[in-house]
Amino acid sequence: MGAHEIQAPLPGVFYRRPSPDQDEYVAIGDVVTPDTTIGLVEIMKQYAEIKAGAAGKIISFEVQAEDIIGPGDVIAVLETDS
Amino acid sequence: MGIEIIEPGLATSIQDQGRPGYYSVGIPPSGALDLYSAALANVLVGNLPAMAVIEATYMGPKLRFTTPTVIAVTGAQIPVQINGQEIPQWESVSVNADDVLTFGILQAGARFYVAVAGGITVPEILGSRSTYALGAFGGFEGRSLKSGDLLPVGMESGPVGRIITSEWRPEFPREIDVRVVLGLYDYRLTDVGLSALLDKPWKLSPVADRIGFRYSGQKLEWRDRVQPFGAGSDPSNIVDAGYPVGSIQVPGGVEPIILHRDAVSGGGYAMVATVISADMSLVGQCAPGTMTNFKPVTLDEALAARGIGQQRLRTVQAKWS
Repeated sequence: MGAHEIQAPLPGVFYRRPSPDQDEYVAIGDVVTPDTTIGLVEIMKQYAEIKAGAAGKIISFEVQAEDIIGPGDVIAVLETDS
Repeated sequence: MGIEIIEPGLATSIQDQGRPGYYSVGIPPSGALDLYSAALANVLVGNLPAMAVIEATYMGPKLRFTTPTVIAVTGAQIPVQINGQEIPQWESVSVNADDVLTFGILQAGARFYVAVAGGITVPEILGSRSTYALGAFGGFEGRSLKSGDLLPVGMESGPVGRIITSEWRPEFPREIDVRVVLGLYDYRLTDVGLSALLDKPWKLSPVADRIGFRYSGQKLEWRDRVQPFGAGSDPSNIVDAGYPVGSIQVPGGVEPIILHRDAVSGGGYAMVATVISADMSLVGQCAPGTMTNFKPVTLDEALAARGIGQQRLRTVQAKWS
């Protein structure tokens, strides 16, 4: 078992839902693939999808929804097979 | 001869040293938000400082070169790779046809510049190749770059191995002083309001783009008055006036906004101060969260600072001329 930290590629406001009235993209315990979207970062009136970047199970979120995050901040941690 | 955009990054656009002279008819100067880094990227690859470069913000694009050429990346600190191999910033490097340029995660600053030998040769509009996205003209088809775009570039060869050493590179601290000239409407603030503007740092919010940079902090207090005919009802409103580039408006007395190089040219908010031109590149490199102190200077000091900035650029240029 290994761990993979999902890092923010850009600064902005972090969101866990595609829009306020929709479900969260993923929850703790969900199994994801590298292409799974786990949240959005809003900056300059644009929304960038944050991908898991590795296959595994989500074990924690390190930031809260609507937090302001910086590039390189760890958003979430995955438990991986390797 | 060109550059193919594989992934565009975020609001990546073509910019040069701008399109001055048309603000009176509503067309802002545009151009690189960090003019100094954009000019030096050009100098590294043997171009004139005012040629067009790629401006990327926060997140890098993924680019493929269709022919050999020479490139340099300046501005914000970010890992740069050719075909996955790290290459230095602030140094001219040769690339081959089919080489792919990618970027890592931003380390400091906000905007970085890719210059190519011969420049990005999009058509000039009103004397500039800068993109003005709000006006949908200039740069590449008047917009930010998209996947599949093919940028025309000038030349296949240029000087390799030119390096700009760290003393000539901008720094990107998390707390900065930005020099301002007070006015034209600072008299609308009370003494308490003016000291709130100048005595405590402001924090750059994520609302920061080529049009304006919005800050959060304390609320400003305005002098009481009966609003004149033509002005809005809020005390931060004035009868419409022209906005200088760099002017600071404070809608509602909260959250000052510094207008940057793609700003609208006028409106009805009191401008309490204007950032001096010498410090606009510093503002353009601020990432959200940067603590910013506004420091008042005189117009003479502002002009002297502009001269020092221009001399600094000429000194670096002179190394290779």
